[in-house]
Amino acid sequence: MSATTGALGSGRSLQAGRASLASILQGPPRVPGAGRAPEGRCDAMPTPGVVLEQWTRILRGSGGQEFERQRWPGPGPHTHPPVSLPTADIISTVEFNHTGELLATGDKGGRVVIFQREPESKNAPHSQGEYDVYSTFQSHEPEFDYLKSLEIEEKINKIKWLPQQNAAHALLATNDKTIKLWKITERDKRPEGYNLKDEEGRLKDLSTVTSLQVPVLKPMELMVEVSPRRVFANGHTYHINSISVNSDCETYMSADDLRINLWHLAITDRSFNIVDIKPANMEDLAEVITASEFHPHHCNLFVYSSSKGSLRLCDMRAAALCDQHAKLFEEPEDPSNRSFFSEIISSVSDVKFSHSGRYMLTRDYLTVKVWDLNMEARPIETYQVHDYLRGKLCSLYESDCIFDKFECAWNGSDSVIMTGAYNNFFRMFDRNTKRDVTLEASRQSSKPRAVLKPRRVCAGGKRRRDDISVDSLDFSKKILHTAWHPAENIIAIAATNNLYIFQDKVNSEMQSRPGYTSLACWSQVGRGLEKHPEGGESGGVHGKTFTA
Amino acid sequence: MLSKGLKRKREEEEEEKEALAVDAWWLDPGHPAVAQAPPAVASSSLFDLSVLKLHHSLRQSEPDLRHLVLVVNTLRRIQASMVPAAALPPVPSPPEAPGVADSLLASSDAALSASMASLLEDLSHIEGLSQAPQPLADEGPLGRPTGGGPPSLGGLDLLGPATGCLLDDGLEGLFEDIDTSMYDSDLWAPAAESLKPGPVEGPGKEVAPELDEAELDYLMDMLVTTQALERPPGPGR
Repeated sequence: MSATTGALGSGRSLQAGRASLASILQGPPRVPGAGRAPEGRCDAMPTPGVVLEQWTRILRGSGGQEFERQRWPGPGPHTHPPVSLPTADIISTVEFNHTGELLATGDKGGRVVIFQREPESKNAPHSQGEYDVYSTFQSHEPEFDYLKSLEIEEKINKIKWLPQQNAAHALLATNDKTIKLWKITERDKRPEGYNLKDEEGRLKDLSTVTSLQVPVLKPMELMVEVSPRRVFANGHTYHINSISVNSDCETYMSADDLRINLWHLAITDRSFNIVDIKPANMEDLAEVITASEFHPHHCNLFVYSSSKGSLRLCDMRAAALCDQHAKLFEEPEDPSNRSFFSEIISSVSDVKFSHSGRYMLTRDYLTVKVWDLNMEARPIETYQVHDYLRGKLCSLYESDCIFDKFECAWNGSDSVIMTGAYNNFFRMFDRNTKRDVTLEASRQSSKPRAVLKPRRVCAGGKRRRDDISVDSLDFSKKILHTAWHPAENIIAIAATNNLYIFQDKVNSEMQSRPGYTSLACWSQVGRGLEKHPEGGESGGVHGKTFTA
Repeated sequence: MLSKGLKRKREEEEEEKEALAVDAWWLDPGHPAVAQAPPAVASSSLFDLSVLKLHHSLRQSEPDLRHLVLVVNTLRRIQASMVPAAALPPVPSPPEAPGVADSLLASSDAALSASMASLLEDLSHIEGLSQAPQPLADEGPLGRPTGGGPPSLGGLDLLGPATGCLLDDGLEGLFEDIDTSMYDSDLWAPAAESLKPGPVEGPGKEVAPELDEAELDYLMDMLVTTQALERPPGPGR
């Protein structure tokens, strides 16, 4: 009797306890509808007279001090010297849109900058095909999670463009917790000749109106307007590492360390959990999700990679919760290369489907691998990015460099793959010829339109002039984020707070050969987001070109 | 033991800094080129480095799960390789490390720990059942049953919100006054054993002699439904 009551009583209070626990696990109470109030601002397209933008913010980890920041100083006079805070300018993601006309970058300060490719014109043959700033806006602000007493970083982790369906462009930008859908529209006409309002918008004195006129659209200076259309919040307990738009153009997925959610682009107040690898007992946690992507053609297929170096291809038709993979891609450990750090260096930092949809590209710490979807046992190709680091793993572990997450990219024809490395080096591998090249993205070595010189790292043995020795590599200069134009040989390289855009300038006849990439004729066609230390004008907003 | 380890870490880090530069030692200890003694000593400082990283990672307000998981797994690997070299005195005793690592890992879910601790405290007042905290402690600060009754909750309270304190004060000292006989119990003992009304506390063991089967079933139902509740279906639910 007393035992019975005790058990029932305990059952009910257990249930109550669990219910509140469940709500805690789901995160802070959601705000219905479009989420938090829109935080974006519209920015006019930068012109030579662009206004200085400044705002104050409480920096994370700075002990609550407030700093004034200056962004996008135009060529006009500065009212006071800028206090530059480099960390907020560090580029955290780079992404071309589906035509390659637009290039979006996100940074640690929550800002998105979009570049647009100038149409080739006969008047200025030198600026043909160069990228210029198109729009800049603040996508995410630092937030405070009151439940956990934690600040949520505003750093943009990923940007993904939506396929264009009308005149407007749209992209998804995400930080650790919240994904936002931004709509980018152009306004280049203005109606003039209203009957009831004058040019300033004031109501006219009706007695002065003697005749009716039809308002006409007159061209005006191009204005790019950006507005947040959706805010997808409270879907993730852990940090979002990737987002991917489905080929159905209606849904997209977001992945954090332990879960993947499926969203509908029009619905913000719910999402479906499609992968959950959180163990019942957190003590058993041994593996996390590191990246994920939808198949480019099959809207039911997606892949996600893990910290143990495995890839799981899942089919959403099979079950609502895709914890059971359809295919598991895993390469057995090479016993001759076994070390304490084997698992860390096998952790996949990025996974990308080829444009054809037949292959997957993965990046782990020392290699890039090409996998055939039809073969799970091992990759079909493995390329060494910087094998000379294999003997330095312990120091890299100590400095935490071994945890750096590099991205990888396919070219438009899936014949060349690219990834970044240290010392501002990036590497390209031609899958057909098996040739590879190391190039450097840096201000010193790149004069505009000068052809990049291939670099070489010497790990002992014969050393040629201009070789860099392994010990003199700068590990603070890492190229984590790279992107390749979907069709042409144009690449965007993010080097800390600098963005470099390179183009393969081999003569057009050679270029038109399918799959051809010279690997040796890259030259710079754009650079932006750079702060000159002397506080002079930046390399950013300069009208049409990015020349230094 | 942990505090001893911390002390040794500082001394050893300085001594072994040169050892760290010789990276070949971190390769497979079975490699013919590597001598027997150096890997074991080198592993010890690598072990300390890993523990240091783990501490540092857990001290973050929101630890990077990937970093944490990779460090813990590396620690376990080093751990596994160090066990045969039991003769070396400077090596902190291996059985401690996984416990520390596991409990540290489990306590990394800081928010969960905080809510867990307060929930457990509430429950302890409501219920008399000493094994009540057990199912919640699946994801609790220690990741394993730390004791049946209210006395242990005081310890959990400390551990909950400030995982940093956990590491500074030393795990062992914290538990000195707690009956740790549960550590020795085999939680998943076959049914026959669990029916014995022994002094050992476990999830089902204390319940069995006191409640009849119907109550036990009801309790198990509760546990199952709450496991399902813990899988979040998405926002707004």
